[in-house]
Amino acid sequence: MDKYTILRSKYDKISFFLEKKTLIILPFLILMTLLLLIFGLSVGSTIIHPWSIIEHMLGKGTGDYTFIIETLRLPRMTLAFLVGVSLAVSGLILQGLVQNPLASPDIIGITGGAKVAAVSFITFFSAVSIKWLPIVAIIGAGIATFIIYILAWKKGITPIRLVLIGIGVEAGMGALVTMMIVLSPTYSTSEAYIWLTGSVYGSNWNDVFSMLPWVLIFIPITILLSRRINLQEIGDDLALGLGSNVQLDRLILIFVSVALAGSAVAFAGGIGFVGLIAPHIARILVGRSFGSLAPVSALIGGSIVMLADIVARTVFLPLDLPAGVFVSGMGAPFFIFLLYKNRNI
Amino acid sequence: MMSILQTNNLTLGYGDTIIIDELDLKIPTGEITIFVGANGCGKSTLLRSLARLLKPKSGQILLEGDRVSNLSTKEVAKRLAILPQGPIAPEGLTVLQLVKQGRYPHQSWLKQWSREDEQVVNQVLEATKMKELVDRNVNSLSGGQRQRAWIAMSLAQKTEIILLDEPTTYLDLANQIEILDLLFELNEVENRTVVMVLHDLNLACRYAHNIVAIKDKKIYAQGRPEDIVTSELVRHVFNMECEIAVDSLFGTPLCIPHGKGRKVKNRKNKAIAV
Repeated sequence: MDKYTILRSKYDKISFFLEKKTLIILPFLILMTLLLLIFGLSVGSTIIHPWSIIEHMLGKGTGDYTFIIETLRLPRMTLAFLVGVSLAVSGLILQGLVQNPLASPDIIGITGGAKVAAVSFITFFSAVSIKWLPIVAIIGAGIATFIIYILAWKKGITPIRLVLIGIGVEAGMGALVTMMIVLSPTYSTSEAYIWLTGSVYGSNWNDVFSMLPWVLIFIPITILLSRRINLQEIGDDLALGLGSNVQLDRLILIFVSVALAGSAVAFAGGIGFVGLIAPHIARILVGRSFGSLAPVSALIGGSIVMLADIVARTVFLPLDLPAGVFVSGMGAPFFIFLLYKNRNI
Repeated sequence: MMSILQTNNLTLGYGDTIIIDELDLKIPTGEITIFVGANGCGKSTLLRSLARLLKPKSGQILLEGDRVSNLSTKEVAKRLAILPQGPIAPEGLTVLQLVKQGRYPHQSWLKQWSREDEQVVNQVLEATKMKELVDRNVNSLSGGQRQRAWIAMSLAQKTEIILLDEPTTYLDLANQIEILDLLFELNEVENRTVVMVLHDLNLACRYAHNIVAIKDKKIYAQGRPEDIVTSELVRHVFNMECEIAVDSLFGTPLCIPHGKGRKVKNRKNKAIAV
């Protein structure tokens, strides 16, 4: 078994099984993310040499670029990263729960709920301070998920009912959003659209620190639940036979997935596809074990959103486009590729 | 012989339909018990409820003397393993990853790969002859290999009893015999109790110490194959006329159904006891 490393404490009290492939790929991904960060900080309407960025981060900078780096670009990139991480892990959990690689928070209604809440807030409550928007979005995601859970419950939740009800609810939410936009006054329409497309424009440190607790709480919880997610994937009978409390685990996992996706959508709007693509790329790199997939998907998701935002704000300078455009731009062809690859199933 | 698993007045059903009615059953410890019966008679339902996958409408199930309803699902998982029918592995899962799952009831988040886990998994891979295939994708294996991988996972649970729902359906004869031989050996060497649902009555007679024939929501007959498998039993349980011959290799009952078929002139009929 030379593909694995085993970590064991004395007396065998603590032990971990680590796949060597993951141990090699993770540092690479971390490095890639850091390089992407430095690259992102250096480009824009003012180009800053990467070396100056590094100096600044190490505290030895000249202070010329402090405003651009620390107030404009860094919070935005950090938020993009956090959003990508949350969406990727949320999608990973859902794909395991639903036993379907095409699942993502967009498809089963989580983001739909957030969208309805956010768009109604923007359209009908434009007098209320915008700082309430993230909370409203998360509550919307929660309510939608609650509705889906209740509708799908019949002595328990099975993956297929969850998917079918989720698709229906998502479609309903989509219709509701469209109706609201059509009926809305012109001044809020574009704001609503930008939110729906997904953007980290104008993000500040406040946003980052509001989102951070969600990531810091729910990502570790996800890691703690990895063994249970692995079990959910092989089927209810087997999971129960192996001693896991299937329905309880499923409920907890849905909750975690919603918390992660909900918070991401709350702060970045309706960014799609990350929850779908990132886990797939991760699977190609490190295989099937959840313990490996979680960190790898997270880093890939974070990088995708960071990259999309970098492209969005530089490619059409001086225009600053919503990052969601480029996430979809990268996501749609990939999704088609996935469908093509799975066509015989 | 003590009974490791038994039911008292067990009634099972789905919705308003009753499938098993007030059944008392004792599974003998250390033997191979095989449930037989017509399609839809409830043998899979019974097996699944023994594994607590289905809640009884009334009655109890006792596992090593303890009421299953009082045991936590993890506790049950340490004493009893179940392999359901037609399990599906997620795409990309390797044999090793699958078999490791069998150790779940003995692990915790901090203790994910103890020395014992490693030993047991190695042992089990040896026993099922899957050592060379550890890194292969489960779904890329042949039917027989795949089934051995699933059995390896169930064996990794290291339980006294192992329940299997139709472990040989869809396998060719050679693979069927391979799987059944493996289970037979496990029972002989490690004295594990095996309970299975099988469709093939003849194979059931060959491998079972104890056959349970189910009909009309109850047990029609239970006992050693050579004692209970008669043409009368087959008539009642399977609604089929047959001759019972003696298997020329094992001496167990061999059911030869009446009906259509080519009648070849008798040349050397060793198989039919006249």
